[in-house]
Amino acid sequence: MDWTMFLQHLANGIALGFVFGLVAIGYTLVYGVVKLVNFAHGDIFMMATFFVYYGIVLFSFPWWLAFLIGIFLTALLGILVEKVAYKPLRNAPRISSLCSAIGMSFFLENFAVVFFGGRQKAFYRPEVLNKTLIVGGVRMQMVTVVTILVCVGVLFFLNFLVYRTKMGLAMRALAYDFDTAKLMGIHVDRTITFTFALGSSLAAISAIFWALRYPQIWPFMGVFPGWRAFTAAIIGGVGSIKGALVGGFLIGMISVLLVAFLPDVAGYRDAFIFVILVLMLLFKPTGLFGEA
Amino acid sequence: MKKKYSYLLTIASLLVFFLFIHYAQTHFDAYVLRIMNVAAIYVILGVSLNLINGFTGQFSLGHAGFMAIGAYTSALLYMSPELKAVNFFMKPLIWPLNQIQIPFFPALLIGGVLAGLMGFLVGAPCLRVKGDYLAIVTYGFSEIIRVLFNNLQSVTNGPLGLKGLPTYTNLWWSWGWAIFTVFFIKRLVESSYGRALKAIRDDEEAAEAMGINLFFHKTLAFTVGAFFAGIAGGLLGSLVMTIDPNAFNIMLTFQIVLIVLLGGLGNITGTVITAVLITVLMEWLRIVESPMKIFGLRIQGIPGMRMLIFSVVLMIAVLFFRHGILGDREFSWEAVGRFLKRFSSFSKGEDQK
Repeated sequence: MDWTMFLQHLANGIALGFVFGLVAIGYTLVYGVVKLVNFAHGDIFMMATFFVYYGIVLFSFPWWLAFLIGIFLTALLGILVEKVAYKPLRNAPRISSLCSAIGMSFFLENFAVVFFGGRQKAFYRPEVLNKTLIVGGVRMQMVTVVTILVCVGVLFFLNFLVYRTKMGLAMRALAYDFDTAKLMGIHVDRTITFTFALGSSLAAISAIFWALRYPQIWPFMGVFPGWRAFTAAIIGGVGSIKGALVGGFLIGMISVLLVAFLPDVAGYRDAFIFVILVLMLLFKPTGLFGEA
Repeated sequence: MKKKYSYLLTIASLLVFFLFIHYAQTHFDAYVLRIMNVAAIYVILGVSLNLINGFTGQFSLGHAGFMAIGAYTSALLYMSPELKAVNFFMKPLIWPLNQIQIPFFPALLIGGVLAGLMGFLVGAPCLRVKGDYLAIVTYGFSEIIRVLFNNLQSVTNGPLGLKGLPTYTNLWWSWGWAIFTVFFIKRLVESSYGRALKAIRDDEEAAEAMGINLFFHKTLAFTVGAFFAGIAGGLLGSLVMTIDPNAFNIMLTFQIVLIVLLGGLGNITGTVITAVLITVLMEWLRIVESPMKIFGLRIQGIPGMRMLIFSVVLMIAVLFFRHGILGDREFSWEAVGRFLKRFSSFSKGEDQK
């Protein structure tokens, strides 16, 4: 294993880490505000790729427009999921909303099987992203570089949104103390809608980069990225944006490096992720950055 | 109605039921028999999951994992060495397992006991995690089992699974176990243990303050629930004659969760009824996926429609029927007596006490 090889894997790990990080932030934002694990998040991720796919194939939009429309539709889908599955159960026992979240995830998967078909479809990859860059002997795919750049931009925007705007303030207030925030006149419904839209569009952005990297899309593609991102959110501490990002990096690195350096145990990769998840929940449920 | 009468009635109705099973086993065709067997297995699964989720209030999503353990353990014990040699052509089976063969019943029991042991191991951390985190931990556990069984080729034959298993499961086995499960769990939840379980469900801290041993009772529920899931897994393996590690996925657990939700958390009667109904419904929905003719119009079957309808039912159950189809009404001979009395005002049935 030489040095350039390692850097190459490192770049892939970073790009994947950003993708997981964005999905994990989606989990974390929603959990922070409504204290609910949005199991359907991985499937919202999957739906985003299909929106883009049909935008390009059916309506022959240029790819950048299809990407934007895909992100927009995914945000709408996130809002719809909240209205249908979570809002009626806001005051019900936690177990009910958990079942509802699982049911929603199940519904989206089967919806995709019926209406989009269970077979794998090829995701469009723009010509620009097919190039390979060579920086100091390290070969990097253009996709990797663009993923990293765009994700950094998105993170700066997110930081602005959450810490510098009124809506962000409302979100943080609800996350801190739901009832008091409500008494202080914060529009609960509007803020929750916004949170779901934001989380879903982050999922859509990462889904697009995921599909550009692994250009096969199918109805169950969201399951494992979803669980890995969820594990990332738990590692970082649910409710913490910074934590979700760090967790995403760890999971991305583990996914890439495990396959690269220990190919014999790569089959156990998903078991490994779940072992981390279980151990984390058992011994440090607040994660690295979470508050008790 | 006196207690003695209800015993007699129970025994009488069981006799009638077993006569029916005896008749069905010899006269019904293979397809109907298979559905009846599957229904019994879902009864076992639903009631045992209800013990954990409904009576103890510990939301577990690990049932598929327990089933997988039961199915593999029992199959590896009752398969003949020759059959094992045929199955494990990629990598030979490890030593003691490739020689031994034991009868079906002890194999099934050992599978159940191993699953129960695993249930204990999964239930033990319940003291640390609660609510949706517990659900995730148990789900994570069942995924770990699935991935392990996919990869441990010298024990489980990996993704190839086990094929050509001998069919031992018949109505006697499946309904026998189902009835045993229902009676066992009914007796359990009506005992002092059961009252402790319900106390934990209703208020954990108060229960602990009253001196209920949380660790013992929670692991008890998990161990018993997992034992029966393991038995059901073993029965299912021998019924469908193949074991595919990927069949024990989250979908399977969801089906059982749906049965428990529709039947009502903590309601055994409702769980039994919905287990049978859901099995029949899932079979009947296969029509949707095959091409059919309505008024001369040819309608193509839609693949996946069955599961879509299933998930819609699941969502409706969660959103609108949170207390199950029966609420908190349970079956008892007293309730039947009351119903009959109301039904016919001049009832000449036994007096009620």
